Amino acid sequence: MAGMDDFVSDSDSDYTSYWRDWFISSRGNEYYCEIDEDYLTDRFNLTGLNTEVQYYQYALDLITDVFDLDCDDEMRETIEKSARHLYGLIHARYIVTTRGLAKMLEKYKKCDFGKCPRVMCHSHPLLPMGLSDVANQKAVKLYCARCEDIYNPKSTRHSAIDGAYFGTSFHNILFQVYPALVPPKTTERYVPRVYGFKVHAAAALVRWQNKERGEMRRRLRKMEVDSGFAKVDGEDDDEDEEEEDEEEEMMEDAMDHNPAAVVQYRGAGEVATLQ
Amino acid sequence: MSTSSGSPESWISSFCSLLGHEYFAEVSEDFIEDDFNLTGLQSQVTMYKEALEMILDVEPEDDEDDEDEEEEDEEDISGDGRDGLAGRHERRHHSRIASDLSVIESSAEMLYGLIHQRYICSRAGIQQMSEKYELSHFGVCPRTNCNQTRTLPVGLSDTPGEDTVKLFCPSCLDVYVPPNSRFQTVDGAFFGRTFGALFLLTFPDYDLTKSGGEQLANLTRTDESLNINGMWARNIAPGLGKGRVYEPKIYGFRVSELARSGPRMQWLRKKPEDITVLDEARHFAEEDGDSDDDDENMNMSGRPVTRRRRAGNARVKRQGQNGSPMATEANGAESEL
Ligand SMILES: [Zn+2]
Ligand SMILES: [Zn+2]
Repeated sequence: MAGMDDFVSDSDSDYTSYWRDWFISSRGNEYYCEIDEDYLTDRFNLTGLNTEVQYYQYALDLITDVFDLDCDDEMRETIEKSARHLYGLIHARYIVTTRGLAKMLEKYKKCDFGKCPRVMCHSHPLLPMGLSDVANQKAVKLYCARCEDIYNPKSTRHSAIDGAYFGTSFHNILFQVYPALVPPKTTERYVPRVYGFKVHAAAALVRWQNKERGEMRRRLRKMEVDSGFAKVDGEDDDEDEEEEDEEEEMMEDAMDHNPAAVVQYRGAGEVATLQ
Repeated sequence: MSTSSGSPESWISSFCSLLGHEYFAEVSEDFIEDDFNLTGLQSQVTMYKEALEMILDVEPEDDEDDEDEEEEDEEDISGDGRDGLAGRHERRHHSRIASDLSVIESSAEMLYGLIHQRYICSRAGIQQMSEKYELSHFGVCPRTNCNQTRTLPVGLSDTPGEDTVKLFCPSCLDVYVPPNSRFQTVDGAFFGRTFGALFLLTFPDYDLTKSGGEQLANLTRTDESLNINGMWARNIAPGLGKGRVYEPKIYGFRVSELARSGPRMQWLRKKPEDITVLDEARHFAEEDGDSDDDDENMNMSGRPVTRRRRAGNARVKRQGQNGSPMATEANGAESEL
């Protein structure tokens, strides 16, 4: 280990990080960014991690390409596994640094973490996040800044990644550091309908939610904080969200006993009435 | 039509077994053969008659008298050892030029889709879809707080060519893009706008809190089973409300609403803690007040609820005010999709 410093010293640019290169380009590891050599070699950044990982020093050597232990395959595999875990734990810390945020931002812009599956979010890019900062608790989730909700990764190769490798704060810090990146919010939403009628139970909930939104916007206005809703909603949108859906609705009861009565096809766009 | 290797797969079942067609139900021939169900479709599909024949695996009728000859030919072909779909196509090919055939093939797919939109809203069709639903054929909601609730395939439009099929989650009442890109070529109109909600109304007893991995069961009705606005309280957006709304935090501290990057969308995933707040029927009855005469709002007699405005042109007036480009359709149907 003594030679490590000379090894990396000033030749950072043409130094090839074999292990990290291999690791972040492996299938399933697309969510990780590459942690800088500088960050890894500053022991201060790794405080406390030595007790979290088996064969900590060997694992760190592997990550920094100075591993030279002669060992059997089984041992090698154990250390390899530790190195992956260690990389994840360091990653969680690294991505909330200025450098790390910038790297993750680049990946966000390239949609490396996928797109929001919610139709009304129009493929807004996602960010990886954890529901816990403690390892081995919860798998990684994906955060959409547009609907502010979290989703499960589509692919099973991502759904097994530990959420603690990204942590609970990173995605929120990103938008705090780059407020200009907060996407405009919209009230656009799906409303379940049957032959053009809104479904009453859902519509009642929508009305209640709209009222909640209206109250929030009034609170923000009072504090002179931008609500972030797109202007297309209209200038004085608070007023029109009060009673925006006064229209025909269909009660579930209406169909409880004889759905077939309504099921007679009446043509698209037309409104069905019960016989 | 007899071939050496048993009965060939029908056009319908081979269509439904294509990659990306996993959401489709097999429309029964009875449904297709009832002309009433096809009302208005003739004008929407080119080579309608031929397309319909293809769907039903009916031999094309020839106007000429050489029908006998034709049949002999067919037997010769099947005798050659050709069977199944290839054989049938070969026979069709026999009486038509190839370009026609591909037009008919795509017309048949369009026609099948349009019939399908109607079929899955019929008693038999919705029943068939419920069997697929129970088997989780339509996947599960990608939203973490929905705990893998089974979804339903829906269209955002009833007109073909406008949008691809989406998945409706009854737990958060939202719609999602199917996870696999193979569904991004499936027309949403083949499922239509009505099916998703109609399904919930038709099968109100499914326990919507069950995840796609679990056996789907009916709600166990307890004394607290409340019926609100015609739905069991437990089934009204079970994925929303307290504990199901994401709270952004930084190092354990909640991000303030007043921050530029603070939460703005929580209303979308909220639900009143006391769900009876939504029971407008009761509130309306209790408050009574100056109800206008044509407000049939809470009619429980088995009719659609009409929440009419007092003045017939109220809506028009509102549109004039806010000038929203979205609010142009007669009943505002497109204003929120
Ligand atoms: Zn989203
Ligand atoms: Zn959901």
